[in-house]
Amino acid sequence: MTTAPPAPRAKMRPADRVFSGSTMGAGILILVALAAVALFLIIQSIPALTADPSTLEGAPASFWAYVAPLAFGTVWAAAIALLIAFPVSIGIALFISHYAPRRIAQGLGYVIDLLAAVPSVVFGLWGIKVLAPALTPLYEWLTGNLGWLPFFAGDASATGRTVLTVAVVLAVMIIPIITALTREIFLQTPTLHQEAAVALGATRLEMIQMAVLPFGRAGIISASMLGLGRALGETMVVAMVLSPAIVINFVLTGSSNPSTIAGNIALKFPDSYGVGVNTLIATGLILFVITLVINSVARYIINRRKAFSGAN
Amino acid sequence: MTTTMKAPTTGITNTLTANRLPKWAPVAAFAASLAVVWGAMTILQATAGGEANLAVVVVVALVLFNVLLFVLSYLIEGARQARNRFVTSLVYTAFGLALLPLISLVVTVVGDGTKRFDLQYFTESMRNVVGEGGGALHAITGTLLITGLATLISVPVGLLTSIYLVEYGRGALARSITFFVDVMTGIPSIVAGLFAFAFFSLILNDPGIRFGLGGSVALSLLMIPVVVRSSEEMLKIVPNELREASYALGVPKWLTILKVVLPTSIAGITTGITLAIARVIGETAPLLLIAGFATSMNYDLFAERMMTLPVFVYTQYANPGTEVQVYLDRAWAGALTLVLIVMALNLIARLIAKIFSPKFGR
Repeated sequence: MTTAPPAPRAKMRPADRVFSGSTMGAGILILVALAAVALFLIIQSIPALTADPSTLEGAPASFWAYVAPLAFGTVWAAAIALLIAFPVSIGIALFISHYAPRRIAQGLGYVIDLLAAVPSVVFGLWGIKVLAPALTPLYEWLTGNLGWLPFFAGDASATGRTVLTVAVVLAVMIIPIITALTREIFLQTPTLHQEAAVALGATRLEMIQMAVLPFGRAGIISASMLGLGRALGETMVVAMVLSPAIVINFVLTGSSNPSTIAGNIALKFPDSYGVGVNTLIATGLILFVITLVINSVARYIINRRKAFSGAN
Repeated sequence: MTTTMKAPTTGITNTLTANRLPKWAPVAAFAASLAVVWGAMTILQATAGGEANLAVVVVVALVLFNVLLFVLSYLIEGARQARNRFVTSLVYTAFGLALLPLISLVVTVVGDGTKRFDLQYFTESMRNVVGEGGGALHAITGTLLITGLATLISVPVGLLTSIYLVEYGRGALARSITFFVDVMTGIPSIVAGLFAFAFFSLILNDPGIRFGLGGSVALSLLMIPVVVRSSEEMLKIVPNELREASYALGVPKWLTILKVVLPTSIAGITTGITLAIARVIGETAPLLLIAGFATSMNYDLFAERMMTLPVFVYTQYANPGTEVQVYLDRAWAGALTLVLIVMALNLIARLIAKIFSPKFGR
């Protein structure tokens, strides 16, 4: 028996080594940078975690008692934003992929993408100067007529600077993100599935229920989680629109609103010193961990779907 | 009982067109409900007083329209068609709903922004300005410097990484880089700012550090994943035949990448980089933390606080003097400038993609 000759290997020139080495170095640099983010945030957080709680701002019982209302506010505002943005985004994505006339659908997609291009500070300015006054009459109506619900208890905020206003602005900001991703997934639905449904006499709604939504379920979930991640970390809108307080409550329309981690950092950081800075960095570390977990899960779902989908 | 004569059948009814609402039904239903609500509002206003609110009229009319159409369709076309029509109008409403903030935003930013959108705004800083006057020259300069340096850091790192992922990377390292780049796109911008602060204040041992370079590093952290992802997509669509033809001529791999792959995809890569710049140029939170705010010009990225346009907008809003409106006008003018810059970058990106992309086939 003769052994096959080894497969020929490309000659490695010095320049090849330098070039491939530098590309790999750049890739490793990204991993190092991400590790450095975690490392330096942890190092700078330690003084706050070990400090005497009475030296922290507001003299809470412990660092965790300081963070808890902020973490609650972060999750609370982002969750309401997602609750508002989710149905609207799915509607828009379906509109662009299945309802709008083909010729103008792509143009309409660009229009929605425009929303994503607006800087957050502009959204903040719009939220406080346009949206908040516009929503105030609605809040008065809600507290007057639905005051028995815990969400609308108490007096309405006279300025409109409430959690609900913030959530609406956040929703406007994450709608283009969720829409862009779900739209792509809806467009990938196998045409044969859709035609089969229509051929069996399904209405457009039934076709979407039977063919489009089941196909896109994983994509919808991960897209909304990415939107949620964006809403959790959004800073300027909260810092500019909300009138913050260190409280935990579920009132949407009142004048005492739980602040968020990011918003709190933006408001306090410029004037902080000493252990105050470390406290804020520690809260930032917690925000980093929350968003990291949510994004990792979302990416995991997307990647798993990619492997098994027949779309590619 | 009388015997009823059966009506003479003129032919076979077409089951596909029978029991259908005419095409103009939705429009008519909407017009009718709008008229009804408007009328009711006017009567209510005349009798009980109060003011008619256009938003309320439209919302109530929309609700009435949906109910009306659903009932009509349910009676004539059946439950399935009725549900279909209902969801269709919901989907249209969702799209209209998303246009509202966009239109409102554009109208306000343009309307309020043009008040101070003058020559003085672009030629003066805020040095020694209290009250009227002043401009954003220092902020615009700062934004250009910080974003420029961030681009200088991000483009080589991002482009090389994408080359590694497409041309060289196999196995665990490439997979983990892909995963963590994806995760990095989700880092909140304020965390990037905190990192830059934590890093430089520890390295340079300055607990209150504020300077432009830190802002550039923070922005790079946000920009690199965007550059990597877009360049990766562009490198992937370069046809393999081009690479193979080059190898067949005896060209080394690194030269193939530099002279064949990159020139083919350069238009798409440039588009991606432009969009990445557009994304970070409006970032406020990290610059608020690490670059700080100032009222004077500062051209030195390595020392002293440096104002940037988004932070300028924020501080003009957040720390107004006694004449609030003057500060607010400056903030809106800054917002308009920012939006114009971002739109221009987006437009440039699309133009590059359109003009310079290689034409494959016919």
